[in-house]
Amino acid sequence: MDVFNNLILGFSVALTPMNLLYCLIGVLLGTLVGVLPGIGALATIAMLLPITFKLPPVTSLIMLAGIYYGAQYGGSTTSILVNIPGEATSVVTCLDGYAMARQGRAGPALSIAALGSFFAGCVATVIIVLFGPPLAEVALKFGQAEYFSLMVLGLVGSVVLARGSLLKAFAMVFLGLLLGLVGTDVYTGTPRFNFGIYELADGIGFVTIGMGLFGFAEIIANLEQKEKREVFTSNLQRLMPTRADLKASWRAVLRGTAVGSLLGILPGGGALLGSYASYAVEKKVAADPSRFGRGAIEGVAGPESANNAGAQTSFIPLLSLGIPGNAVMALMLGAIMIQGIAPGPQVVTEQPELFWGLIASMWIGNLMLVVLNLPLIGIWVRLLTVPYRVLYPAILLFCCIGVYSTNNSRVDVVLAAGFGVLGIIFLKLGCEPAPLMLAFILGPMMEEALRRAMLLSHGNPAIFFTRPISLAFLLSAAFLLVLIIAPTLRRKREEVF
Amino acid sequence: MKLKRILDSKDFYAGLIFILFGIFAILEARRYTLGTAASMGPGYFPRILGGTLILFGLIILVRSLWLSDESLKSLALRPLFLVTIGVLAFAVLLEPLGMVVATLTLISISSLGSWKFRLRELVKMAVLYIGLVVLAAGLFVYGLGLSFRVWP
Repeated sequence: MDVFNNLILGFSVALTPMNLLYCLIGVLLGTLVGVLPGIGALATIAMLLPITFKLPPVTSLIMLAGIYYGAQYGGSTTSILVNIPGEATSVVTCLDGYAMARQGRAGPALSIAALGSFFAGCVATVIIVLFGPPLAEVALKFGQAEYFSLMVLGLVGSVVLARGSLLKAFAMVFLGLLLGLVGTDVYTGTPRFNFGIYELADGIGFVTIGMGLFGFAEIIANLEQKEKREVFTSNLQRLMPTRADLKASWRAVLRGTAVGSLLGILPGGGALLGSYASYAVEKKVAADPSRFGRGAIEGVAGPESANNAGAQTSFIPLLSLGIPGNAVMALMLGAIMIQGIAPGPQVVTEQPELFWGLIASMWIGNLMLVVLNLPLIGIWVRLLTVPYRVLYPAILLFCCIGVYSTNNSRVDVVLAAGFGVLGIIFLKLGCEPAPLMLAFILGPMMEEALRRAMLLSHGNPAIFFTRPISLAFLLSAAFLLVLIIAPTLRRKREEVF
Repeated sequence: MKLKRILDSKDFYAGLIFILFGIFAILEARRYTLGTAASMGPGYFPRILGGTLILFGLIILVRSLWLSDESLKSLALRPLFLVTIGVLAFAVLLEPLGMVVATLTLISISSLGSWKFRLRELVKMAVLYIGLVVLAAGLFVYGLGLSFRVWP
């Protein structure tokens, strides 16, 4: 079996002491930022990117991936114990998780979240193994037209799956694409939108923009709110769920895993949407929906499984197509490119250690998380009692150092501060920054694909509609749009978010 | 009444911002060669994007005149200013004065107002800040070998 040999290769890569160590660092850091409200996986990955310059490619990806799925484990802890989501993906866990904690059942809620996440992580790893390589094989046949249409589909997906107004999300996409064009035109060498600033000749760094929109803006938004935290730690002696708990939640875990995996693969998808959708599903199939919000264990088991599954399956488009599906994956793409590896379908065959090593590490990382998480919960709880006014100067400092050290450029820090202000304005106006970030990364790739495709077709845009795969992507994008504009689904979407 | 509702609407300002960005992009892109559909110049894609952005901005803005959406919540200016000024100070001070000064300035400015001026609090604050500077310098400069000037 080919898959079998590849997996052995993967584990031989992931099990080297150095990779194991960085996997552990990644998942621990991920859990930490997951637990701490006010700092997300995205900002953490952006902060740590400069550190990965000196690591081998596989090792750095293993660590960064660990942060993303580790954060899904950590986020639930804060939701359950404090009723504040530690991570955006754990917002719905607050509803029933905190209710369980108030009833003295924090232990079972925490452990079912961890066990469900572990199960989902294992399934998602298998899904990547099964679907990643065949998808890459198909993608090797893609021409410029197919890539352009695929990116259109990805952006439409990110709009449809964004929270809030569709129109504003679309506008954010176009603004993101424009920001992506800042720099030097690759064909003619014409400097564009750089206003004579030398540092902008290579464009705006994705760390700069990500740190501004997600790091600084989040800190400012958190400082606006008054702190009120009430940690439920009194009843943490009983961690393990009872037989009845398990019986009530195993179906929810299965459904959550399925929903999360599917929504993770979708362009524009990721961990976030899965958790919302799973909660909606659980409420729908429950015999007595009124239990939800009052400590229904399915309301914890489903969404927590879904967000971890989605975090992992969202690596599929990145690894096998070279196209990031969400903002975190866009940063991962940056991490790959920094290492001098051209992202794309050829990575699976040309860099098998990277592809299979990363997959194997995900399973190992999940195992580490489920083993470490529950015993360490005391430490995480104690961290939660550290007030934000003590934490945020540290977060801010690491953000600044992260931005500066990417290019050793002070201009980047100033720009990031500017994007922080812009991020706060967008937040106030209800404009979701995630589609902008994705569009920013895809912008230059899209322009290149568009120009090449149009050159090949002598300026005839029909090329996008006559090539079957390209047409299929565009039709899927149109289908998504129709679905979302249709009134019934629109209501559903509002319900989910 | 109606005017007040419009001026309170999130979408009104969102639309306005998108239109301004779009107009700016098109004005700037006019300086670059347009090219043809078959051989696009550097000005082609930006003009498409800018035009579409204006279109979306207009739709959002016009809709806000009739349909009421969520109204604007007030913006707390204090954290916004303190964080932004702190970061800018860090950027300005880092190269000429080194990491210790820049770091201390950043965390002091950005946390102005979140501490009470009592002796015990000030001592705690000082311990925290010195700890942070040592941690940052130790981790990034000596641990990871990033090139920072540490002292003035």
